[in-house]
Amino acid sequence: MSSVANIPPQFEIVDRPLDTQMTLSMGPQHPSTHGVLRLELVLDGEMVVKATPDIGYLHTGMEKLFEYKKYQQGIVITDRMDYLNPLGNNLAYCMAGEKLLGLEIPERAQTIRVLMCELQRIASHLVWLGTHALDIGAMTVFFYCFREREKILNLIEAASGGRLTPSYFRIGGLMMDLPAGFENRCKQFLRDFPPALEEFHTLLSGNRIFQKRTQGIGRISAEDAIDWGLSGPCLRGSGINLDLRRANPYTGYENYDFEVPTEPDGDVWARYMVRMREMKESHKISRQALSRLKPGSVKADAPKVVLPDREAMKSHMDALIHHFLIVAEGFDVPAGEVYQAIEASKGELGVYMRSDGGPKPSRVHFRGPSFVNLSALPAMAEGEMVADVVAIIGSLDIVLGEIDR
Amino acid sequence: MASEPENNEPNPIPSSEAAAPSPLVAALQREHAEWVTDVIEAFGEITVVVPREHIVAACSFLKAAPDTRFDFLADICGADRGVEEEPRFEVNYHLFSTTKHHRLRLKVLLDEEDTHVATVTGVWRTANWHERETFDLFGVIFDGHPDLRRILLPEDWQGHALRKDFPLRGYEPYSLK
Repeated sequence: MSSVANIPPQFEIVDRPLDTQMTLSMGPQHPSTHGVLRLELVLDGEMVVKATPDIGYLHTGMEKLFEYKKYQQGIVITDRMDYLNPLGNNLAYCMAGEKLLGLEIPERAQTIRVLMCELQRIASHLVWLGTHALDIGAMTVFFYCFREREKILNLIEAASGGRLTPSYFRIGGLMMDLPAGFENRCKQFLRDFPPALEEFHTLLSGNRIFQKRTQGIGRISAEDAIDWGLSGPCLRGSGINLDLRRANPYTGYENYDFEVPTEPDGDVWARYMVRMREMKESHKISRQALSRLKPGSVKADAPKVVLPDREAMKSHMDALIHHFLIVAEGFDVPAGEVYQAIEASKGELGVYMRSDGGPKPSRVHFRGPSFVNLSALPAMAEGEMVADVVAIIGSLDIVLGEIDR
Repeated sequence: MASEPENNEPNPIPSSEAAAPSPLVAALQREHAEWVTDVIEAFGEITVVVPREHIVAACSFLKAAPDTRFDFLADICGADRGVEEEPRFEVNYHLFSTTKHHRLRLKVLLDEEDTHVATVTGVWRTANWHERETFDLFGVIFDGHPDLRRILLPEDWQGHALRKDFPLRGYEPYSLK
């Protein structure tokens, strides 16, 4: 075998037949698994024969905790699920509560919700883009993405006081109105963003290595995508034109002019392109929302549910009583059950909320898009190479905080 | 009776409170009255309570029928109605149609002594993880499931964490045995 003469026999290179399969644990500390995901890969050489995701490392019993917290206390738990898209989680949770209570949300609050959610969607997609490119080997993109994301986080911080855990939306409206000067800062960001997006395209879309690593990898057909319950960009990457902002409009999305990007191929590249185009659409929606901001209240007219303004609380007896009761005892929600789904940055985020009356929910369940999208990973990864599994995980855009809850 | 698929409105607005029984439920009741125990319409959502022995047949029908076309299983989640309640557990199936964009909730009620229900993984493959989660947290056993293991909690965990009689906190630290 060896051409070199004096190699001891135990070090001699032998061709092992590839009919023996090897089981490899990928994760839970592997950086490309985006958190603590473990994949059990059965390999034939470099080919993945079977992939079994193992999740639960981040399980913190959030759904149990909801049952012991008042409705308004639950909002801060939702921030910690999909921590890249906390405003989306806030929105789904608050809308479920509002559905049970039958609250009407004022127009200004709706417009701000749309604006903030679209900014958050861009921020979430930027983290995806940076880490996805990093996994595949393009390190530079990461820094540019985080530079832009930082600007969005600053905007979110200005509005809510929190960068990663804003809890900005409340049942019945918003925590508070936008601060002075927010609109100008937001305009500035929206002016700067399109050139930055072009920059990302220059760095990646025309990059031959990136194209080779993503095109034709991790294919899933449209029928399989629906059968596996894929949603969001993963579903639209398989050519299905489904966006809940269009299909079941909420918060006034029916009044906004935007496109739903789809790509027919169903591979990693298609999912990449869908998200890249989605950022452009989110930018478009944000501009429209910003131009539609009119003065008005940001809280619903429901004194028993919505906290009164600080000034009113100090000068009006009834406002003080309501404030005390909401904080100390919470508000009663009529018995019933609702399922509220929104289009989060990763797909359909559904909240099942169930009340037996009283100030605490009897069950809150989050249908996380990452959870369902990850369950389809074996269908995409089997038959691919190990290195491509990294690209496929990146293209799914999973957040383990939401998967494990 | 002789309604054609075209009669169905293409995109029902989710918030509209239907006065008459909705066309979705009518389709189900017309074909198979024994599948529908109860219909609840509240908060703009329709819930159909299905006897557990018919859940797979009802799901297959709703997925295939031209005027329902529930090809997308959005979610399955369990619920514990309370320790004293009878039947104690619920399994909720949230159905969605990618073409007609309407939603429906199917509900199966289960007694505490007999928490078995047939799996719907044969109808939608996405049911796999949802059912594992419901098994893990509520102890609902999905008969015929290809891989019914715990998914969020460790394999040797005792009990089912989202049951109402499972404590929120305890004093014994968990350790792998």
